Amino acid sequence: MAEILIPGTPAPEFTLHVTPDQSLSLSELRGKPVILAFYPADWSPVCGDQMGLYNEILPEFQKYRAELLGISVDGVWCHEAFAKDRHLHFPLLADFEPKGAVAQMYGVYRKSDGVCERALFVIDKNGVITWSYVSPIAVNPGADGILQALEDLPK
Amino acid sequence: MSTLKVAVNPADHIQGDEHAGFTLVEYGDYECPHCGHAYPIVKLIQKHFGKRLRFVFRNFPLNESHPHAESAAESAEFAGAHGKFWEMHDRLLENQDRLSDDLYLELAQELQLAPADLQRALEERKYRARVRADFTGGVRSGVNGTPTFFINGQRHDGPFEYEDLEGAIEDALV
Repeated sequence: MAEILIPGTPAPEFTLHVTPDQSLSLSELRGKPVILAFYPADWSPVCGDQMGLYNEILPEFQKYRAELLGISVDGVWCHEAFAKDRHLHFPLLADFEPKGAVAQMYGVYRKSDGVCERALFVIDKNGVITWSYVSPIAVNPGADGILQALEDLPK
Repeated sequence: MSTLKVAVNPADHIQGDEHAGFTLVEYGDYECPHCGHAYPIVKLIQKHFGKRLRFVFRNFPLNESHPHAESAAESAEFAGAHGKFWEMHDRLLENQDRLSDDLYLELAQELQLAPADLQRALEERKYRARVRADFTGGVRSGVNGTPTFFINGQRHDGPFEYEDLEGAIEDALV
């Protein structure tokens, strides 16, 4: 597997569907910190799964003006149903076609399972990765690392 | 490895001796079924370790998925301000399928706390800041869902059945 992109690397540009008829490009968020949260799949069965947890923590991220994007290989309709069910207030991007292409660019695709790793990136306002982390796939990494990375951004 | 960023302090709800060798901190949500599942397990763990363990409960209401979690947490804090935190904590978890303002007032009555005062505290959101402070500290510490346990300051990842917790606590001894 490719290595996860490390701090100091310019974040590769991508454009992915965020709803059935809307796309989002990373470059549209230039000027603000961006959190990319790659995760294996929608519909994780536990309370406060990773996306549900980040949803609760959004106000903490917003203190740093940071935008959170969830990314998995699930399709737009699946994301839409999941986001609705969990009342998510941030976009879920579908790395669906070609499958896992963005995850591969960031070095966080699990080819054997056909899903994204549980990987986190913090990108600064200039589009440069300042922090990255891969969690064991079964362990929800929480948000302490993200918040520390946001804290460490130059003010 | 995620670690507890807010040390156990006098403002915490603590059961057990401050000189205990083990400290088990739970970040929990009164409406979360997994916390309900963990509740009797923690009681057994406390019984098993006795004086060697102190237990701390902190609030981590997942309000987007659990509409009653916040009001339950604030009710427990109200009881805590009147010296009855654990009595309320236990009753809320024992009745987690019927969390509602009616239940909180009924429990307040049962604990000889003034229901009218509780009602006012809930309306005024008197204990919201306290609950938020727990939540924020939990986020900083890497709480990743509910319940999240910390054993001597280290986050416990993985299952939390009795054997899992007992083993993890024993391991923290060495």
